[in-house]
Amino acid sequence: MSCTVRIASPLRSYTAGVPALAARGSTLAEVLANLEQRCPGIRFRMIDEHDRIRPHMRLFVNTSEARELSAVVRDGDTVHVICALSGG
Amino acid sequence: MADTLWIGTRKGLFGLRADGARRQWKLAGPQFLGHIIHHVVQDPREPRVLLLAAKTGHLGPTVFRSTDRGRSWREAARPPAFRKVSDGEEARAVQRVFWLAPGHHTQAATWYAGSSPAGLFRSTDGGEHWEPVAGFNDHPMRPKWAALGTPDGEFLHSILVDPRDPRHLYIAISIGGVFESTDAGGNWTPLNEGCEADFLPDPSVPFGHDPHCMVQHPARPERLYQQNHCGIYRLDGPERRWKRIGRAMPKKVGDIGFPIVLHPTDPDTAWVLPMDGQSVWPRTSVGGKPAVYGTRDGGASWRRMDRGLPHSQAWFTVLRQAMCADTHARPGVYFGTTAGEVWASTNSGDSWRCIVRHLPEIYSVTHAA
Repeated sequence: MSCTVRIASPLRSYTAGVPALAARGSTLAEVLANLEQRCPGIRFRMIDEHDRIRPHMRLFVNTSEARELSAVVRDGDTVHVICALSGG
Repeated sequence: MADTLWIGTRKGLFGLRADGARRQWKLAGPQFLGHIIHHVVQDPREPRVLLLAAKTGHLGPTVFRSTDRGRSWREAARPPAFRKVSDGEEARAVQRVFWLAPGHHTQAATWYAGSSPAGLFRSTDGGEHWEPVAGFNDHPMRPKWAALGTPDGEFLHSILVDPRDPRHLYIAISIGGVFESTDAGGNWTPLNEGCEADFLPDPSVPFGHDPHCMVQHPARPERLYQQNHCGIYRLDGPERRWKRIGRAMPKKVGDIGFPIVLHPTDPDTAWVLPMDGQSVWPRTSVGGKPAVYGTRDGGASWRRMDRGLPHSQAWFTVLRQAMCADTHARPGVYFGTTAGEVWASTNSGDSWRCIVRHLPEIYSVTHAA
């Protein structure tokens, strides 16, 4: 399965500034593993050591928020990585 | 090399480089603009190397390494992280890398890191790959040692490696206490006798204390100093009981604070920066009149050192990593405030001047040469 991953600006130091990349995988876990191979270090900034999405990160598959890395990703989907932060 | 102060802030990293006389300081940066920098530490074994503990508001914690005195940085390939757990086990995740400490001088590539929640990590390849120190992180008593915690999680800091023995380690946990290992972190023993914990129902507990900062003198490694939530203490091994040397501080000032800094060669000389620990714990300078206090007799007496500091309406807070000394024969002493000012004394605290203002909230001030 091939999808597009749209990268929030705080993570673009890992993608050489590129805002969207193609990635392969049939679940979010596989997509992020594929992304990690090309952008080393990016996964741990989003996902903790117990495979939980970090508190200030939100992952969407198309327009649906995914709370688990087991979420299904289909061919042609867009995965959105969004940062959620409040305050100064 | 010129004296440099590395300033870790809530919004990035700055450098202050001195001229030869330490009169003029030139500000450089920011690097890592927007990143939360908890600690920046030069490697005393290889001065070109620096390690930096960072995260951002959004992103998880990590460590960066420089091999060119801070000009460029590369992220660790495997940052500090707890081991994966089995079903039913507590799944702790590193929220912030809070403290960095170089290993023993005979172990050139070894570093230690302390985290919140309280975890101890070790790298044996210069900070590129980090492993949990299982002897502490999985110690059956660890959940009890750091049981009280705070909503932000307890902090593991003040990682000390005995210069006489690389297997002899100390750590401090806020809140949890001081712990000692004599087998390179395989096992740990509380070392809190004599320290007070007046916020607990039983102030005489063996652990559960709140050490804010602990230091060991390189020329007299059996001596530890500690600035605690409940006073200033000294321990002279092999004695295992801390003595509250803060009792000699003026009563109206008290002996509460975050940092404690040692003279580079004189084990009897130290500096603290008291804060207001009354009622609701403002944690600002006492009465709005900031002052460093210095001792030259191991804490038997203290001298107020406030020449050049504001004499009223200055409500400083100085965090535990945000005060340091340099290595000159008459050492300079430096501190950074949560209001973004750095203050310097090039005469060991006798007089002070502000060398930079308007930085973000300062978390860490460390000296590099």
